[in-house]
Amino acid sequence: MAERRPFSVTRLPGFTAIALVTFALLYAPIVTLVAYSFNGSESIAVWGGFSWRWYGIAWQNTAVQEATVRSLVIATAAAAIAGTVATLAALGTTRTDRFRGRTLIYVLVNQPLMVPEIVTAVALLIFFSGIRLATGYAGLGYLILAHSAFCVPFAYLPIRARLEGMDLSLETAASDLYADRFQTFRHVTLPLMAPGIVAGVMLAFIISLDDVVITEFVKSAGQDTLPTYMLGQLRRAVTPEVNAISTALLALTVLLLTMFFLLTRKRD
Amino acid sequence: MPPAGTPATTEATIEAGRIRRNWLLAAPALALLLIGASGPLLIVLVYSFLEPGDYSGVIWKFTPRAWFEIFLKRDIFDGTLGVADAHLTIFWRSVRLSLLTTLITILLGFPTAWFIATRPRSQRALWLFLITIPFWTNLLIRTFAIMEVIRNQGVMNTVLLQAGLIAEPIQILYTDTAVLIGMTYVYLPLMVLPLYAAIDRFDFRLAEAGYDLYASRLQVLRRVILPLVRPGLIAGSILVFVPSLGAYVTPRVLGGGKNMMIGNFIELQFGQGRNWPLGAALSMLLLLIVMAALLVYVRVSGRENPHG
Repeated sequence: MAERRPFSVTRLPGFTAIALVTFALLYAPIVTLVAYSFNGSESIAVWGGFSWRWYGIAWQNTAVQEATVRSLVIATAAAAIAGTVATLAALGTTRTDRFRGRTLIYVLVNQPLMVPEIVTAVALLIFFSGIRLATGYAGLGYLILAHSAFCVPFAYLPIRARLEGMDLSLETAASDLYADRFQTFRHVTLPLMAPGIVAGVMLAFIISLDDVVITEFVKSAGQDTLPTYMLGQLRRAVTPEVNAISTALLALTVLLLTMFFLLTRKRD
Repeated sequence: MPPAGTPATTEATIEAGRIRRNWLLAAPALALLLIGASGPLLIVLVYSFLEPGDYSGVIWKFTPRAWFEIFLKRDIFDGTLGVADAHLTIFWRSVRLSLLTTLITILLGFPTAWFIATRPRSQRALWLFLITIPFWTNLLIRTFAIMEVIRNQGVMNTVLLQAGLIAEPIQILYTDTAVLIGMTYVYLPLMVLPLYAAIDRFDFRLAEAGYDLYASRLQVLRRVILPLVRPGLIAGSILVFVPSLGAYVTPRVLGGGKNMMIGNFIELQFGQGRNWPLGAALSMLLLLIVMAALLVYVRVSGRENPHG
């Protein structure tokens, strides 16, 4: 018999094994996808050596270029709008006594997290198709509006968390030193809440960049974003080109997330 | 400037001003959400009580027909009413796959959350980060990744074929099993994170006390640990069940055209099905189920965990 391990209250038999298998299962498909994107072979089943070939093909595809630019434009606009309104909302709902309607504000702000995406998508499809019919406008505005709205809770939550952890005495000190309310906000409050705002804007950017369902329903003809383009490319199997685009998007997400973690890390 | 009154009224005026300021600050966010998210839901409710147009859209005439159409159908030959079994098949598949997804994510997620929570404090952030990366990765990309693994010429079948364990590729893609595997994969982090939060708060001295009283590991798990991490278990279950029930991308990509779930069936009504009122009624039904699940969650977590 193997050497008996000392008794530990935190150990449950088999749990470590299941956990490690779960981590392996979580990463194996992603690793496979990334590996295939560097496959030089035409056929997906054969490994043809390491190559950047599919990245080159994706890079030169005009449809991919247009979808990428569109995705970035929408995500930038949505992150900026959601970040701004979420910052104001966070200022209005934190560091204040409970007031009538605060719960209502919470519910409304977090509503996109609760309603199934498909339901919101259908609602916006009906609403925007009515507006489109009435005004004739068919630009990117619909997508930017929809993305800004569902990004609000993702921008709001980190900003609120930052504000709630903030030391009120610093602002009091500023007003003691004859700073007016605007100066206090501009030179004390805003710099202190900046990491929260940056984190919130980054999350909103990632969420907008990743959206498939709402975009698929709201977009007009010829308004594909990168995810809806990839979904449209899907016939029988994932092409190596889509693998390459996926890997590039994945790399961007990991980069933004790492920055997010460094920004919000608690120094304890 | 408000006129100076007694101290009490001045205080009330300041307080009222503060509340007005709070509402003003929240107003842009609320306006954006009312136009871009909450408001249009009311239009869906209205549409679910209208008649379908000939090609798409609606005719503005009140009828509860779409709501009956969810469960009933009229025979095209003799006009008798029968149960819409095609619809019921889709509902049953959605509910069954969502419940199974929840169950499997508990079985995998609980040990995983336990493992992370029992690591030394310095390592925990890293293990959590490893759970968070897939969580924030594009859902479509993760679904593609699963497709790469399970399709006929995919990694799994190739390995099994070359090892001589199977003679022909196993057809998993475009079956309910594929949808189940995919949903388990994409929603697993939503189970692990709240469970971790619950286990992290767990006082291990309680488990120690159980062992001191001669309880077995299973008894400690059932009688001490599980009751205390129950709020996390319920939170995780709802966070997994709700998006599973409304899933659209994963069943579309992995289930193919045949293995529809409610989300895909709703889309069909706005595309080829051309029955907007039925699609609207189905959306409202889905929303009602989700709201009921969330309400249960709020009540349960409010009772058991007043601070969380």
